[in-house]
Amino acid sequence: MQKTYYDPADLKKFSKISDWNEELGEKFFDYYGKVFEAGALSEREKSLIALAVSHTVQCPYCIDAYTGDALQRGITKEEMMEALHVSAAIRGGASLVHGVQMMNKVNKLEM
Amino acid sequence: MTQKSLHKRNNKLAQSQEQLDFLANGIFKNGELPTFKTKLAETGIDTLTAGSLEVLQINVGYMCNQVCEHCHVDAGPDRKEIMTKDTMQQCLEVIKTTKAHTLDLTGGAPEMNPNFRWFVEEASKAGIKDFIVRSNLTIIRANKKYHDLPDFFKKHNIHVVSSMPHWTQGKTDKQRGKGVFNQSIQALKDLNAVGYGMPGSNLKLDLVYNPSGAFLPANQSAMEKDFKHALLDDFGIQFHNLFAITNLPISRFLDYLIASENYEDYMYALVEAYNPQATKSVMCTNTLSISWDGFLYDCDFNQMLELPVNSKIKHISDYNETLLNGRQIVTSQHCYGCTAGAGSSCQGNVA
Ligand code: SF4
Ligand code: SF4
Repeated sequence: MQKTYYDPADLKKFSKISDWNEELGEKFFDYYGKVFEAGALSEREKSLIALAVSHTVQCPYCIDAYTGDALQRGITKEEMMEALHVSAAIRGGASLVHGVQMMNKVNKLEM
Repeated sequence: MTQKSLHKRNNKLAQSQEQLDFLANGIFKNGELPTFKTKLAETGIDTLTAGSLEVLQINVGYMCNQVCEHCHVDAGPDRKEIMTKDTMQQCLEVIKTTKAHTLDLTGGAPEMNPNFRWFVEEASKAGIKDFIVRSNLTIIRANKKYHDLPDFFKKHNIHVVSSMPHWTQGKTDKQRGKGVFNQSIQALKDLNAVGYGMPGSNLKLDLVYNPSGAFLPANQSAMEKDFKHALLDDFGIQFHNLFAITNLPISRFLDYLIASENYEDYMYALVEAYNPQATKSVMCTNTLSISWDGFLYDCDFNQMLELPVNSKIKHISDYNETLLNGRQIVTSQHCYGCTAGAGSSCQGNVA
């Protein structure tokens, strides 16, 4: 058993997921590839969204992959960090907005 | 920012044999990654072969006003290798008879060769269709004596190809040195002012982009759009095409890869991006590279690795195009840089 849960080398093995279920694996990778093609959004915009979401889901593989992808596309550090703050703001906001629920409950229960 | 060439610093990687040994050992020796030859064979390719010559590339010297971190030439102000007028004379004889449609002058900063202007004037008389000078832009602003280069280029209908690693100052200066961005912008404005790079203009101005770090370039046409948009919006600058070039793991870029512990990952990325289609049109299949001292190489990279052409004809003084056509290309692991993804040559993506 490996000593750590995450190994950077495992990222390269992602496609092996299909080895144990070819049909679903291939469907997923087809879908994945299609999602990142330029459409109404550019590939560059999609890359930044992916980078931000990677941090939200805290996936080290995705962070590794999409940081590299952003650099390749000439996306600047400033753009990357701003995208991250968007994800952090939503994430923080998501906690905080539930405060309204808490307040409602308190207001209901308290005399 | 590096201030001196590897040669000046007595760095062992200044020796081409050290670089070749490094590229032959480690992950390529222990079988972790296939050597370039093995990879070619796996994809049914015996060897790379030169077709008929289309591009004659002449390196007129390794002296440069810049010391870019990624430079595959290990160029800089401290390099003294400069093509003499005698060798230029020999080149001119070849230029007069070659079937190549493109003549490509490179360096270092080719403009720093004391006989550069004379050579361009003479060479342009041969009437080669496309006459490229690779200008690093800052040279135009470096000294008063170079300020009129845009006019000089225009007079001889030179096709200017210039490097620009990014459309922002931070990334550019990091790779090429402090102040490079602003000077390059000014030089581009100077070129635009005489008509270079303008829409519909015959005065061709192309930019070369290579990544400022241990990663591969993204899609060339998407990068071109981003560059055009940013340079026009921010500075009112126009240019024709953008060529995206992969950094090859040799010379100063190899030194950087090793020092930053990116070498293995970078080689993995290159091997993973290997595209057999790109092997058909890599630069060496239609180019011949001539060094400052008149020796012949398959490409500028092989020149820096001192891997001479695999032919009886080794020097410009014995030049024979027919005998050189069809030669086997000399390759090593650095060639993975040319076959990655959409491929890469001095003209950008090839596949
Ligand atoms: S990359 Fe070009 S401009 Fe930079 S040091 Fe090398 S030759 Fe000079
Ligand atoms: S480095 Fe590129 S151009 Fe040079 S020999 Fe190798 S494949 Fe050909």
